[in-house]
Amino acid sequence: MKLNGKIPPGPLADKWTRYKAECAIVAPHNKRKLDIIVVGTGLAGASAAASLAELGYNVKAFTFHDSPRRAHSIAAQGGINAAKNYANDGDSVYRLFYDTIKGGDYRAREANVHRLAEVSVDIIDQCVAQGVPFAREYGGLLETRSFGGVQVSRTFYARGQTGQQLLIGAYQALSRQIHYGRVEMYNRHEMLDVVLIDGKARGIIARNLVTGKLERFGAHAVVLATGGYGNVFYLSTNAMNCNVTAAWRAVRKGALMANPCYTQIHPTCIPVSGDYQSKLTLMSESLRNDGRVWVPRLTEDVMAIREGRKKPTEIPEQDRDYYLERRYPAFGNLVPRDVASRAAKVACDEGHGVSRSGLAVYLDFASAIERYGRSKAHAMGLDQPDRETITRLGEAVVNEKYGNLFEMYEKITGDNPYKTPMMIFPAVHYTMGGLWVDYNLETNIPGLFALGEANFSDHGANRLGASALMQGLADGYFVLPYTIGTFLAGEIKSPSIDTSREEFRQAESEVQERIDRLLNIRGSQSVESFHRRLGLAMWDYCGMARHADGLAKARTIIRELREEFYRDVFVPGTAQEYNPELEKAQRVADFLELGELMVVDALQRKESCGGHFREEYQTPDGEALRNDQDFTYVAAWEWTNTDIEPVLHKEDLVFENVELKTRSYA
Amino acid sequence: MKLTLKIWRQKSPADKGGFQTYQVEANEHMSFLEMLDVLNEELVRRKEEPVAFEHDCREGICGTCSMVIDGQPHGPQAATTACQLHMRHYREGETIVIEPFRARAFPVIKDLVVDRSAFDRIIQAGGYISVNTGQAPDGNSLPVEKDKASLAFEAAACIGCGACVAACPNASAMLFVSAKVSHLGLLPQGEVEADARALQMVRQMDAEGFGRCSNVTACEAECPKQISVENIARLNRAYYRAAIQSDKVV
Amino acid sequence: MVNNLLLQAPIKLSTMSWFSRFLTSSIGQKLVMSLTGLFLILFLIVHLAGNLQLLYQDGGAAFNLYARFMTTNPLIKTTSYLLYFFILLHTWQGLLLWRMNRSARGRQDYAVKRTKAVGTSAVLSTRMGWLGIVIFVFLVIHLYQFWLQMKLGVLPQVDVPGSDEPVDDLYTAVYNVYKNPAFVLFYVMAMVVVGLHLWHGFASAFQTLGLNHRKYTPAIRFVGRAYAILVPLLFAIIPIYFYFFL
Repeated sequence: MKLNGKIPPGPLADKWTRYKAECAIVAPHNKRKLDIIVVGTGLAGASAAASLAELGYNVKAFTFHDSPRRAHSIAAQGGINAAKNYANDGDSVYRLFYDTIKGGDYRAREANVHRLAEVSVDIIDQCVAQGVPFAREYGGLLETRSFGGVQVSRTFYARGQTGQQLLIGAYQALSRQIHYGRVEMYNRHEMLDVVLIDGKARGIIARNLVTGKLERFGAHAVVLATGGYGNVFYLSTNAMNCNVTAAWRAVRKGALMANPCYTQIHPTCIPVSGDYQSKLTLMSESLRNDGRVWVPRLTEDVMAIREGRKKPTEIPEQDRDYYLERRYPAFGNLVPRDVASRAAKVACDEGHGVSRSGLAVYLDFASAIERYGRSKAHAMGLDQPDRETITRLGEAVVNEKYGNLFEMYEKITGDNPYKTPMMIFPAVHYTMGGLWVDYNLETNIPGLFALGEANFSDHGANRLGASALMQGLADGYFVLPYTIGTFLAGEIKSPSIDTSREEFRQAESEVQERIDRLLNIRGSQSVESFHRRLGLAMWDYCGMARHADGLAKARTIIRELREEFYRDVFVPGTAQEYNPELEKAQRVADFLELGELMVVDALQRKESCGGHFREEYQTPDGEALRNDQDFTYVAAWEWTNTDIEPVLHKEDLVFENVELKTRSYA
Repeated sequence: MKLTLKIWRQKSPADKGGFQTYQVEANEHMSFLEMLDVLNEELVRRKEEPVAFEHDCREGICGTCSMVIDGQPHGPQAATTACQLHMRHYREGETIVIEPFRARAFPVIKDLVVDRSAFDRIIQAGGYISVNTGQAPDGNSLPVEKDKASLAFEAAACIGCGACVAACPNASAMLFVSAKVSHLGLLPQGEVEADARALQMVRQMDAEGFGRCSNVTACEAECPKQISVENIARLNRAYYRAAIQSDKVV
Repeated sequence: MVNNLLLQAPIKLSTMSWFSRFLTSSIGQKLVMSLTGLFLILFLIVHLAGNLQLLYQDGGAAFNLYARFMTTNPLIKTTSYLLYFFILLHTWQGLLLWRMNRSARGRQDYAVKRTKAVGTSAVLSTRMGWLGIVIFVFLVIHLYQFWLQMKLGVLPQVDVPGSDEPVDDLYTAVYNVYKNPAFVLFYVMAMVVVGLHLWHGFASAFQTLGLNHRKYTPAIRFVGRAYAILVPLLFAIIPIYFYFFL
């Protein structure tokens, strides 16, 4: 299969403009005749469904949640990037493009990323108009802050709840279209298969999660905006119900999975506290604007802290190793996530980890509190403020900026981060890989589109902070509404899709068989226990650092686990009822296949880049060693049958505008 | 720690339902939902049906969890969702009663799972600013006073969990509706549609079968995002203005 | 389930006028409670001012004169009909809301109830219906004892300075009732209930009107609480004074 990215010709900066001017358009009276299915109602799905409905298409939207507003986009904390240059600090579309390409370790498509940077400015305008309450300056204008891997201040935010506010904006836009009858909304419906007719995506099979009934839905095109697959690691910052099933079902129908091994490990999460845990909690990257990361330099201090004999506040300045500031002076605590995570791993591997398990580092706000306190005291006209006043004022400023994050930390750990540094450790957060799509966001299956985290397109091997929200909304609001027209323009003569066709019947009975199979095993182990074991294998061998031997071992483990799953899993209840265990079983079954593909992809990529760090390929001082000669490509996997080896298709990445360099944040 | 749980079990919407008692072994580092995970794992091991409860993000932002713990939605801690509640607030040997949110407008689907789609329909009735994609002017073209933006934000912090309804002795949805009317009405972008929004959302709220607000303020006391009843007063004002002053259909 | 099509509660705009639709909406119904409540609160002041004349040591002359004025002045008479109407409306609307709110909980109530409140009392605010019923029963008895006697004209007449003709001797009727310890207790208890009803009702009426402001609400709350204590207290002093000191 020859992969065609369908990148428009012309200079980089003109591609999208020219594309929009020249692409096929569906006339309004024809849009009314065309049906589109959108699966997932997060930032990408809700914004796409709303925008497509506004254009006049008939949209059916699906979510497995009880409401579109629950999608996991809601949990994004820190912010959304846009090349507005409101801060007057030299930002531009090109700089955002460049930062994103570099941050992604030169493994993303130039044209896609440039388009993303171009539309980023429109997103902010759109969201403000929808009533998203972004942070503002005293003059009433929008405020920005900095995020990792970037030297300008281009991140717009709404306290620590930016994702929530953006999602609610999109949810409201979607609700408006539901009100007008332009979108039919199906809550509590989980997509379990995509239906192909004559090679085109023409519908889905979904399970009504309340009644358990399988239902058929037809449309001229199907859009998957179903998020990422970080939960393959069991423990991640993803919500409990995030899963790969929709995307994976598309893979099993012939869609290609691109770069599945690119996983983002977020450096600032609350460390694991016990084996009963099923979910990790992220502390926003924005905290690294003001928090300083450190570990004790001396082994005796480390031991004293682990045994509870010493408090972190008792370690004198000279005995602390602010390792990010030491190793990367230019970016300091604001290096990209992959770099910060690996550095934390190195510090802990060298025995400096501070929790009882040795798997944690400090994120300290003491100096920020003092800095803000002094400045505030000065502004209040206090000449000789005492320590206490400075601390009080400083804490108030920090509270204004990060209050909800500090509360969240205290609720979970019981520690007060104003008084003692936070303990953090990296955790799986985001997956850069996803369904392979071309410039139109169309997969290799005609009529099947993938948006947001579900596709692979814009972040290369590592995503910069505050770029996920940008990409999800860019895809949904400003890209898909144009690009889907290129496919649908050829469909204006197709009548509406008849769901009584053989293809639908066939797909439905396959889904039914899979469900029956799971329910009929009636083994002895819970679904959860398999998921936990899969996650552990993934984390140990395909996590922050990977090695050929470990990956090979992981593949064996996963295959054995899959075999054991289908022999001994126990799924209680029936298919004809609300049955969360059955839902979970289906999702874990798909993770057990995806996990293997991730390992295969990681084995194949014999280089280190971004979130993919192969221990065999590193510089003498432990930095990632890319191999541009042999691996400047997208690895798109075909795997419709797990009994045979996955087939690799390569899409070469061509860089015409940026020079491939070793990433340096030092 | 050993705990006794009295949990509402209800097979289906039509089922009568009732309490069942379980023993569970927890530790103080667990979150409340992790404690329920442990119980469910044990039930599955015994080949019994696990307790159905809704949850997703487990960090207090998605608004999915919906249980009443010892008479309080989301449990005893202020400004905390059930998923953020930790077992360190409980002691050895305690008995905990867990029930679903109870309101006629939130029918039980199974065990602790309720149907809150009434909230979606209220938003669909008018909880938005009517702006199509691509129509927006520059984000900085309309300054918004910082304090007002903050007030709007505080109202917008609503996670749509329904604890306000569950807590209200009248099962009223006024805090939810008022938070949205306030969020949008406080911003210049949303002011344009303020009258229609207040009328339509209140009309839908009334049609869904929620009770009437009697200013008990239990909603604010139990709201995990501490949304203030000031918003309810603001909704009342908006509604009077729309009903009396504007020429819109009431 | 098609969220927007099947489950949507059908909204039929009734054929009522906009004004009726407004007053029967959830917020409109509350407005009725608030406005009638505030009227009754105002009335209490007027009533108290009149009643305090019972404490004059003039053998009831001033009070009896006042009673005649209140029952004969056309303006006062009109207002009093309004008052009766508002009492009934406040009661009727309150009962309607009470029933509606009970059914809004659904077929199953909580096994454990723990209602908290911010800036008011949960114990009182959740029992306004019961308190209101007690007050209504009190009102019926109270009106029977005094108002009805006046209306029926069965009270003995008495000469008072300042009036050319004799007036109904309501004062003696009051005196007789307040010499009965059971009635004294009943009136004092009733005033406690009125106080409790006002404790939540006063500030609640303003909240319903939309008057919630960071600058003024603390003052409204303070005045409301002072009112809820002082007014019933002054009312209650009268029977106590009669019983013990006359």
